Amino acid sequence: MTAGVSIRSVSQRYGSALALDAVDLEIAAGEFVVLLGPSGCGKTTLLNIIGGFAEPTAGVVLIGGRDMAGVAAKDRPTTTVFQDYALFPHMTLAENVGFGLRMRGVAKAARDAKADEMLALVGLEGRGARRPHELSGGQRQRVALARALAVEPDVLLLDEPLGALDLKLRRAMQDELKAIQRRVGTTFVHVTHDQEEAMAIADRIVVMNGGKIADIGPPRDVYLRPKSLFSAGFMGEVNKIAVSAGQSALGPLAVPDGVLCVRPEAISEGGALRIGPCRVEETTFFGTYLRAHVSPLAEPDLRLVVHLAQGAAPEVGAVMDLGAQDFVVLEA
Amino acid sequence: MRVLSWVYLALAYAFVFLPVAVLVAFSFQDGRLPVPPFQGVTLDWYAKVLGDRDLMAALANSALVAVVSSLIALVLGFLAAHALARVRLPGSVLLRGVLIAPMTVSYLIIALGLLTLFNQTGVRLSLWTAAVGHVVINLPLCFAITYAAMGDHQKNAERAARDLGAPEWKVLVLVSAPMLAAPLAAAFFLSVTFSWDEFIIAFLLTRFDVTLPVEIWSMLRSGLSPATNAVGSLVFLVSVTLVVVLEVFVFRRVK
Repeated sequence: MTAGVSIRSVSQRYGSALALDAVDLEIAAGEFVVLLGPSGCGKTTLLNIIGGFAEPTAGVVLIGGRDMAGVAAKDRPTTTVFQDYALFPHMTLAENVGFGLRMRGVAKAARDAKADEMLALVGLEGRGARRPHELSGGQRQRVALARALAVEPDVLLLDEPLGALDLKLRRAMQDELKAIQRRVGTTFVHVTHDQEEAMAIADRIVVMNGGKIADIGPPRDVYLRPKSLFSAGFMGEVNKIAVSAGQSALGPLAVPDGVLCVRPEAISEGGALRIGPCRVEETTFFGTYLRAHVSPLAEPDLRLVVHLAQGAAPEVGAVMDLGAQDFVVLEA
Repeated sequence: MRVLSWVYLALAYAFVFLPVAVLVAFSFQDGRLPVPPFQGVTLDWYAKVLGDRDLMAALANSALVAVVSSLIALVLGFLAAHALARVRLPGSVLLRGVLIAPMTVSYLIIALGLLTLFNQTGVRLSLWTAAVGHVVINLPLCFAITYAAMGDHQKNAERAARDLGAPEWKVLVLVSAPMLAAPLAAAFFLSVTFSWDEFIIAFLLTRFDVTLPVEIWSMLRSGLSPATNAVGSLVFLVSVTLVVVLEVFVFRRVK
């Protein structure tokens, strides 16, 4: 029903390019893990290796403690939800969802019962006789999810499943995906390049870059306490200030050497780490916050991005005394 | 200008269809020769043709050869197209070229080549040897049509089927072939039409049992008769029916 995945120093080489560089990753049974990163970071390659669509150049993949070397995709306890749905257009929804069970020799009546149950799980009850072309994009993706879950895999792999949907639908499907994962308890490994999506659904986020894991942890840690500059920048906007021997462009700062990283929403007039007086250069209203570009009087060439409260209305040219509430210092 | 273009259209169609129209018209000739003047309408020649054992046997032979050879060409062409569209092989381009090459070779050359081969290997000429010839000419056609129809859409569905536990032959039978139903049907009906009308290969590669075009040729040797026109009209009717079926049930659905 559910199983953990161990990835041990897995590398994948395409010609001279190294798509994965000795990646180690432990995924617990029943965990919802999101592989996050820009295109070409190796996240899809890693998913293909877990699913059995590619053999790693080096390293070991264990699913539920079983070595997967030489095990074909069709024999693995994994199923995949593809970005383009990959439904079978000539079959009804019930036949699509029941396909995996048919391959396992389950009788038609039992297949249809399971298909009904799975379609109900994804909110498409009673639509079993329809065909994929009658559905919207979001509904097709639900069918693809039901089809992959119908065989009760130990691990469900999701390859940018929400990538083809519009933003509003994507946000709605995220919540549903999370709820379904809670109900079925299957291990989910989900690939995306959308960090908001990752934070909305993941138990743990794995940030990848250049074939390596750049950061790993629960959404809160990855966002607030990133372990690398790449991760800090990829998870959201960040102000970076170099600090050396307690000195920075802003004057003395009581932090260790490295790069001081501060999120725009962590800067306010009250923050504990004082940045000093800054001149407001530009403001834009974003609905939930006021986004402002400010430059410290001590270093007018440096521009910081600050998210102020919705009700704040500083004049351009006004000077505010700012400080950071929450920050990390990372190695350059 | 408009009148001119209509005249041009009428002339073009007349040029193409006048011989067929004349052939069909004189199949109803109430007289012994299918030449002007037209002496009245009779169905006697059709009755005579439909009652002719040799002709009817040839007709059945033609249908058998057309269906069997087209099915074989379709299966082989589909498998080759599927493999070459999915698997990267060294020399894929060359393999594709070699598969399509028979299209550019004259039927006469193919027939002579096969005749030599069958003589050398001691294979007796029969309907089966003619069917082999028709597989040779229709395989490139079936391959080209199915290969052109394969896209990423199929590829992803096949991948999903494998992921759900389907062995390779079930992927082919349950997913790939049904998704390509329209182009496969088009390839099959075109192959049947080509085989049905084909003369040179059938003439050189059959002996005692012959196909309809060969039988018609031997009828022509004993002189002109409205009976020949009647057979010709029947053959034409079958071909037209196939093309219409193809148009209505296959091409229209693809659009």
